[in-house]
Amino acid sequence: MRAQSTPRVLGAALVVAVMVVILSIRLNTFRDYQIAEIAIEVTAVAGLTVLTGLSGQISLGNGAFMAIGAYTTALITLHLGWPFIAVLVIAAAVTAVAGAVVGLAAARLHGPYLAGATLLVGVALPSVANAYPGTFGGDQGLNVVFTTPGFLGVNFPLTRWQAWVCSAVALVTLVLLANLSRSRVGRNWRAVRDNEVAAALAGVNVARTRILAFVVSATCAGMAGALLAIVTELVAPGAFTITLSIALLTAAVIGGLGTLPGALWGSLVIILVPTYATDVATSHGLSSSVASNIPVAAYGVVLILVMLIFPQGIQGGVRWALGLFGIPSAPARPAASVPDVTPRAGAAPASQHTVPARKGSPPESQEKEGTP
Amino acid sequence: MKHGSVLEVSEVSVRFGGLTALNAVSLTVAPRQVVGVIGPNGAGKTTLLNVLCGFLRPDEGQVLIDGRHYRNLRPHRLAGLGIARTLQGVGLFERLSVIENVMIGASCRATAGFWPALLGLPQSSRDERRLRQEASQALDRVGAAGVADAWPGELPYGMRKRIALARALAAKPNLLLLDEPASGLAEAELDELGGLIRELAAETSLVIVEHHMDLMMSVCDSLVVLDFGKVISRGSPQEIQADPAVTAAYLGASGSDDD
Repeated sequence: MRAQSTPRVLGAALVVAVMVVILSIRLNTFRDYQIAEIAIEVTAVAGLTVLTGLSGQISLGNGAFMAIGAYTTALITLHLGWPFIAVLVIAAAVTAVAGAVVGLAAARLHGPYLAGATLLVGVALPSVANAYPGTFGGDQGLNVVFTTPGFLGVNFPLTRWQAWVCSAVALVTLVLLANLSRSRVGRNWRAVRDNEVAAALAGVNVARTRILAFVVSATCAGMAGALLAIVTELVAPGAFTITLSIALLTAAVIGGLGTLPGALWGSLVIILVPTYATDVATSHGLSSSVASNIPVAAYGVVLILVMLIFPQGIQGGVRWALGLFGIPSAPARPAASVPDVTPRAGAAPASQHTVPARKGSPPESQEKEGTP
Repeated sequence: MKHGSVLEVSEVSVRFGGLTALNAVSLTVAPRQVVGVIGPNGAGKTTLLNVLCGFLRPDEGQVLIDGRHYRNLRPHRLAGLGIARTLQGVGLFERLSVIENVMIGASCRATAGFWPALLGLPQSSRDERRLRQEASQALDRVGAAGVADAWPGELPYGMRKRIALARALAAKPNLLLLDEPASGLAEAELDELGGLIRELAAETSLVIVEHHMDLMMSVCDSLVVLDFGKVISRGSPQEIQADPAVTAAYLGASGSDDD
């Protein structure tokens, strides 16, 4: 990721914040709700794009981290009634711990094994809510009470306040992740992604670096879950299916893996394309059986088109377009790619002793000599 | 033997199943000494380097670094102990620019941690500037200052090897382990490499694993010859050249497999 100076990042965040405020005031309640939805998606996707694009680890379980954040929020609000800012911090901390636990296991896994392990987390964890209905409310879930603060007056629309809170959290998250990405932390993530053996020899603690990426990613997902809880005002297992985890990864990939603006583009596609397609379908008087399938079809078509035209995601397309006007947003760089999910040649347990062969690099002789 | 040697390997054995890759190998590296490890393919040279780096734990024997034994030597701790290593081939980070590659090597001496980085504090950017400066110096040292902003994939092989060396140098090591530094280099580049190694020997110790005999004979202070995991000869380049056991090992092994 090209280093963006702090003033530029803060400036961009401020511009977006002003746009959100203006839009939320001018648009109707449903659009305000969508702004909140997009902000939630951005928060979670930004964390995932850092994990997958920078540290090279895949996660199909970030929906579960969202569930942890959401349930933490619901339980604290319900039992303790703390203000949301405090609840958000606790939710972030709890998911950070959960991320560390999963990351600890993930640090030893690669490719399909990591995808499988995180998939397991994504599927299994949300159903814990069903196992303990007394605490988590079972299928019905838990209600979350969220109101506008008094100083805004009684007539201030709740959805607008929700949109503001979500957007604020999303923007702060993006600024902090941008800081991390261009620091030594981000560079270590990319080094570990590209060549673990060389990174270790250069003094990078590979396991710790990979776990840290999981913690950061899980924390973002946890905050997104907390936001989801106060926007939908209901936390139930049905909201955290594996589809959610996959949608997050989809958004990260079509936006442009490893790029924070890409998290925004991907989230816009994921949230807006289905609703826009529904609007078009209903306004053309299609039969309900056709109309209800249009959003899914449109979503699929958009995914295929984006990946065909911009293999590096929408942000890759944006860079290319800026380049046409002679604006250097970033130098041409080797393509970011989805982490390899095919098994490595050679047994995984021995991988510490071998130099992992990389596509595009000159053939390296295997380091382990003397083995039969 | 306190602080007399930078590195002391005593009686190290490594077995892979029934195969003995290293058999009671000993090796001592004094400050600012250049020690070469040679031997036919499959002799255990890289296994020895892997033991030194903590990638492999020896089944017997021990490794002393600056006279101290580290029970749980992990590869990433080496840089902090003043040991840097280059890999066979190049092993660069393909999606990091050249200067970033070298900055990774320098980062064992970084001071700012996670929180200053997250919050974008001045402490973090000061640290970054210092690392960048040190990385530039290391690139300068190997004659690669001009390609700091390039991507490794755009560069010729010889230049990539220099950058890998610069990354190791950026750690400012007391001991530099070079795994086949000459492989794939052109004749002219070999001379430069030899000169650079002698220059480096003024301030650091080196252990070099290499097949290129002319280079090894010209840069090494002392040589260790391995064959089938055993030390069959050791001494100055002249002594090694005169040793009939070495000649026999090379000629005898010429028909066998390679690694």
